[in-house]
Amino acid sequence: MSSIAVDAPGDRRAGDSAPTFGQFVSTYVFSKDHKIIGLQFLFSTLIWFLIGGLLALGIRWQLAYPWSTMPVLGPLLFSEEGGQISPEFYTTLFTMHATVMIFFVIIPILAGAFGNYLIPLMIGADDMAFPTLNMLSYWFMWPAFVLISASFFTPPYGAGAGWTSYPTLASIPQASPGSFHAQTLWLMGITFVGVSSMMGSVNYLTTIIQMRAPGMTMFRLPLTIWGMFITAILQAFALPVLTAAGFMQLTDRLFGTGFFTPEHWVVNNGVPVSGGGQTLLWQHLFWFYSHPAVYIMILPAMGMVSDMLACFARKPIFGYKPMVYSISGIAGLGFIVWGHHMFVSGMNPILGMTFMVSTMMIALPSAVKVFNWLGTLWGGRIRFTTPMLFALSFVSMFVIGGLSGIFMAATPVDMFIHDTYFIVAHFHYVLFGGTAMAVFGAVYFWFPKMFGRMMNEPLGKLHFVLTFIFLNGTFYTMHILGAVGFPRRLADPYPYQTFEHLRPMNVFMTWCAIGMVTTQVLFVVNFFVSIFAGPRVGRNPWGANSLEWMAPSPPGHGNFDFQPIVYRGPYEYGSPEVDTDNYPQTQPPPSGGSSDERRSH
Amino acid sequence: MNRTVDRLWSLFFLMVPVLGVGVFVWAMADIYPMQGHWLPENVDEQGGIIDGLFLFILALTGIIFVGTGVALFVFLWRYAASVRSESVAYTHGSHTLEVVWSIIPAATLLFIAIYQMNAWADAKLRRPSVVIDGKREPRPPIAEVTGRQFEWRIRYAGADGAVGTKDDLFTVNELRLPANEEIVLSIKTEDVLHSFFLPNLRIKQDVVPGMKQLVWFRPTRTGSYDIVCAELCGWGHYKMRGRLELMTREAFDAWYRVEFAQQETSSFEPPAAE
Repeated sequence: MSSIAVDAPGDRRAGDSAPTFGQFVSTYVFSKDHKIIGLQFLFSTLIWFLIGGLLALGIRWQLAYPWSTMPVLGPLLFSEEGGQISPEFYTTLFTMHATVMIFFVIIPILAGAFGNYLIPLMIGADDMAFPTLNMLSYWFMWPAFVLISASFFTPPYGAGAGWTSYPTLASIPQASPGSFHAQTLWLMGITFVGVSSMMGSVNYLTTIIQMRAPGMTMFRLPLTIWGMFITAILQAFALPVLTAAGFMQLTDRLFGTGFFTPEHWVVNNGVPVSGGGQTLLWQHLFWFYSHPAVYIMILPAMGMVSDMLACFARKPIFGYKPMVYSISGIAGLGFIVWGHHMFVSGMNPILGMTFMVSTMMIALPSAVKVFNWLGTLWGGRIRFTTPMLFALSFVSMFVIGGLSGIFMAATPVDMFIHDTYFIVAHFHYVLFGGTAMAVFGAVYFWFPKMFGRMMNEPLGKLHFVLTFIFLNGTFYTMHILGAVGFPRRLADPYPYQTFEHLRPMNVFMTWCAIGMVTTQVLFVVNFFVSIFAGPRVGRNPWGANSLEWMAPSPPGHGNFDFQPIVYRGPYEYGSPEVDTDNYPQTQPPPSGGSSDERRSH
Repeated sequence: MNRTVDRLWSLFFLMVPVLGVGVFVWAMADIYPMQGHWLPENVDEQGGIIDGLFLFILALTGIIFVGTGVALFVFLWRYAASVRSESVAYTHGSHTLEVVWSIIPAATLLFIAIYQMNAWADAKLRRPSVVIDGKREPRPPIAEVTGRQFEWRIRYAGADGAVGTKDDLFTVNELRLPANEEIVLSIKTEDVLHSFFLPNLRIKQDVVPGMKQLVWFRPTRTGSYDIVCAELCGWGHYKMRGRLELMTREAFDAWYRVEFAQQETSSFEPPAAE
């Protein structure tokens, strides 16, 4: 860690003439460099993001124009049905949309892509603690990619039990004859994702605890790293439960173990299951992982947004320690709120009351974070760059997603809005309005570090404006549908008297969704053109403080061409100690000693 | 130029609270094209309490939504780099503020949590009772509803008040109930998870393999309403649609008599022997 061999990309190009095939494979394919692995995660997840978006358009098409021929893709995918979406395929569509977006996009893009790329750079390490394990964590995603894709294409229809995979629909093959093998493949795929995340989280924890640069105390870590750290803890403790539950469901399907089925249960004239199990057990195990997973999908984004807000408000983050404590508080409470997914499941109503109280309380640390972000903006000198706009939209959208959660936490209200579009609105505001917007911001923000070039700003701003408008057009209206009680996962809700008049609003939402996906072309073009033709930048184009900006852009193998020594926290913008408005963590103080010690609270 | 652009960005973010509140007001005001885009007609005694809670939380979250949205706008407007010449407020936070904005939301959230408990207990714990032989007994279910792929099978208890006896009446997807009475239903499933959802009575309860659930409500008027399955139960989930007919007691009894007589009558008449 102390003496570091540096080969910046410039040197490499000058040195070797033509790399051999073996060198190419070990450098760019089976690489153990955290930056290459991070980029591999980034590219894979962005491709899956596009696929997940197209799956969503399939769902939206059916809701706007039920049983009509889907343009372009319809005749291609379902020629025998005349290009219309069948009800079986509709269940597969929303199952796959959620599976892809959660397991292949949001979780791996935060922890896998940004976690891998940023953790060693931001803590001043030359690489991860376990580079081989790190490489494996990426390559274990590939069996998952293959299995889930295979599940989608397994005839006659793919897995169709929802991403929650509730028994007995999911555990008894006869219950959904269309997904006979597909559901089995799906479960195997999810297991690989779990193993991959587990390898990542162990690595992140060790790296953050053991490999920080001299002077980098825990309370000098950027909030991004705090988000990643707490996320890794959540993954390490919650994931084994899902993995175990997944295996139990797998053996239920393959060997008839009946963990999740009552005695002699017969579905669809199938063979009686020698059960003795409990259907609700799956829901408890599943949500014991999947509720913390909701925070796995937002905490790193919160950290990245904090970094961007401080950088472009040119001002220290407001309440650094309360921010750290609220991240930890969300994680701690995150383990005891899973029952709020089960208020109407048949779980003991008194248990529901306890979960209701803990769920109400988890809104508190989220509120503290929002107030601190606003406090960070207060009195700053705000620069409206593309990453900043995305970070601001995160705050704005997360407020909506957070507040709508309170409705569901209220158990009597949940009886009405549970499994309606109100909940669909809620989690899309948190996960798309929140996390995806933060991820876009983070890509614009760290792109210069990753590729040594800037992305185009005007195009980035256009991408922001259109995405922001279309996202609200698609998801805000879902609250209104939810208030009518419009249920989710219905292939055709319009025969119901209560919902028959809601189609025009669904048409509006569908066209907003089409607009939103189309807008991403701007991002793709900007991203790829900028890799090759963006204006070259130096180490620190945004004038930021944290360690990654002190390394070359892009950093060579081993990251730093000097030994970083940390003197202060990462948010010393506008410090009176120096004349510049930024004050990098590695810059020695003018009079010696560290800034922290002399600062009075 | 820069100043104008920064101003526009602030206004862009101001649109969030403005349009956000606007859309809800629009829907609540029942104005074209959003007629009927709000809570559906409520026909349950308890439903009014749930609607009241919904609106109460809406008002409360609305205030926070507008408050944070406007604060965001004001900060962006006032502290944009192009309009601000003085140096930034170099501060790392405020202990007082942190305490204030922790305690106030905590108290509010705790208040909501306690405030709603009674409604939850009424819906899930306090089963209506009935006086039998001078003793207060839990009211027995008027019928048993069984979800199966993809229909609701209904079995009325009949005169003896017990399901599974000879005087049971069977229907499919058609649940007729007397209005203005305490109703208790026993619900269960025959195959996979379903959820018994009555939007107009604000009732939703999953039915779980191997478990029996009870729901109770008191319809306040007669009419015809939807029964929806709200838990994914397979490819035909969307078509698992039942009808709830709320009738007067007299009409219900009359319908029951006719229906039961028909059920017990064989329509097959053997040909007369020659």
